[in-house]
Amino acid sequence: MKNIFTKGFFSKLILIIAIWAVVALLMVSGVMSRSMQSLMIKICYYTILTLSLDLIVGYLGDLSLGHAAFYLVGAYAGCAVAVYTNLPLLVKFVLALIVGGAAAALVGFLISKAIIKLRGDYLAIVTLAFGEFIRSFVKIIPGLGGTKGLMGIPSFDSRLEGFTLAYIVLILVILVIYNFTHSRHGRTITAIRDNAIASESVGINIKNNKVLVFTIASFMAGMAGVIFGFYKTTLNPSDFTYNLSIEVLVMVVLGGMGSIKGSIIASVIIVALPEVLRGAEDFRMLIYAVALIAMMMLNASPRFTAIKRSFGEKMNGLRAKFKLGGKAK
Amino acid sequence: MQMLISTIIDGLNLGSVYALVALGYSMVYGIAKMLNFAHGDVIMVGIYTIFVGLNMLSLPAPVTILMCVAVCALLGFTVEKLAYKPLRNSTPLSVLITAIGVSYLLQNVALLIFKSDRKFLQSFISLGKLTIGEFEMPIISLVIWGTTLVIMIALDIFIKKTSMGRAMLAVSEDKGAAQLMGVNVNRTISITFIIGSALAGIAAILYAAKYQNVDPYTGSVFGIKAFAAAVFGGIGSIPGAMIGGLSLGLIEALTIGFLPDSLAAASDGVAYALLILMLILKPSGLLGKKRVEKV
Repeated sequence: MKNIFTKGFFSKLILIIAIWAVVALLMVSGVMSRSMQSLMIKICYYTILTLSLDLIVGYLGDLSLGHAAFYLVGAYAGCAVAVYTNLPLLVKFVLALIVGGAAAALVGFLISKAIIKLRGDYLAIVTLAFGEFIRSFVKIIPGLGGTKGLMGIPSFDSRLEGFTLAYIVLILVILVIYNFTHSRHGRTITAIRDNAIASESVGINIKNNKVLVFTIASFMAGMAGVIFGFYKTTLNPSDFTYNLSIEVLVMVVLGGMGSIKGSIIASVIIVALPEVLRGAEDFRMLIYAVALIAMMMLNASPRFTAIKRSFGEKMNGLRAKFKLGGKAK
Repeated sequence: MQMLISTIIDGLNLGSVYALVALGYSMVYGIAKMLNFAHGDVIMVGIYTIFVGLNMLSLPAPVTILMCVAVCALLGFTVEKLAYKPLRNSTPLSVLITAIGVSYLLQNVALLIFKSDRKFLQSFISLGKLTIGEFEMPIISLVIWGTTLVIMIALDIFIKKTSMGRAMLAVSEDKGAAQLMGVNVNRTISITFIIGSALAGIAAILYAAKYQNVDPYTGSVFGIKAFAAAVFGGIGSIPGAMIGGLSLGLIEALTIGFLPDSLAAASDGVAYALLILMLILKPSGLLGKKRVEKV
């Protein structure tokens, strides 16, 4: 890790605090409706989910369709701890985060160990099957509420508290992912994505790195699950279907695979959109499907790539003009 | 004993339909080198076509059956032309994501048109039961097994004896070399999609005849299981698809049929657990060739 106390660090820190302050102010002053306040928490855990899936799909280049499973394991494990212990709320939440994250990471570790030989289409199918398997398996574990769902999870005292805690977790996740992807490990996994055989020939251990990425990503997804549980206060296996995995995948793809900023922006937009466009609820899934296909087609067409590049150059030029520290090329 | 035999018959019915669907996956996977995620949803569209034909337009059964196969084949052709062909030179990841998008699109269009509730079809193939000694057996099962067997044999002959079939084999072996030898690769891939989707249409008819209900998600789950069957039997092998499909159908029927009540809530999980085991333990399949990855 490089020296983080640079000029960029402080401006980012100010930005992070400013976003929190603005949202908190809007919540306290009552400008935000209750549903908008809930939306803020929802954005936080969806962004964590998207970032963690981006680590697998965007950086490692493996398509996982079972991300909801890690989210489910984290949610159930963490919230079960919260239900069956008697501690102050904050301690409970932190404990739940750790337990939920660790349980999801363990599952992620075991699954990735099992499927290490598979790639591409087979990996996608097996992760999908794992997701559905875990979802139906959780129904028969005693103490987790079966098909009725796990109830009695403590809720946040206020939406502001919920948002603040979720926001802190989100910032931590962003920090870890940023540092991970800009470290030696991050470069290693992008090398695996770009050419597995070549990277193996220079001595990269593909298996260990894949297991590492799956474990980290599932830890994060597990934490997102805990936030979800504390926010909803009940957990039901039907909250964690294949559709959720696809929804998160759409966010990753729309944000641009392998881009932290893109993942954040896409999750904020996609989570907020149904709230803003109430009438579009029926067409939401349809729009996702079209968006997935359209993105892939556009990325494959040379004309779109050229437009994107010239737009990027223009943006950099503008930034340089206003001395905002754009990438000099 | 009666229970065991009827479970086995059920398993073979299910397995025959799996086998037909697996064959569609296997052909497309072998030739276009892509997992056509939307294949299962083509079946769903096929069953809805039958629903529209029988329940809403009250057409005679033979017309409905032909319509179902035609709609499926046309759908397969269109999807390939519009969605997959522009991406022929892209990375496998973007092709796969597009295929998921197409599958999702078909499901949600069906959801918008027919709503999410399960629709029940009128029975259109009504056959009696065959009684041998004390055992009863629905004749529809014989029809299902017979159809599957005939199609498998016909397809095998088609691939081995006709020039189009041999072109398919050549493309699946090496696309570039086949093109240099004068094979029209694009046309071959299109025809593969048409045949594969027509098979999905026939599977839709058999499914509709046996189960007589449909919802927008019928196809995707069925399709995923059938893909696992194709992998288990060996991708690209016709007898492999048959063996894979039948064994998956049998194992699924037997495990779910004899599952203790306390685990009944997890019965869906059994099929998925099977699928995971198949793919992890035998990714190259029972009859498949092991491919060595070359640089």
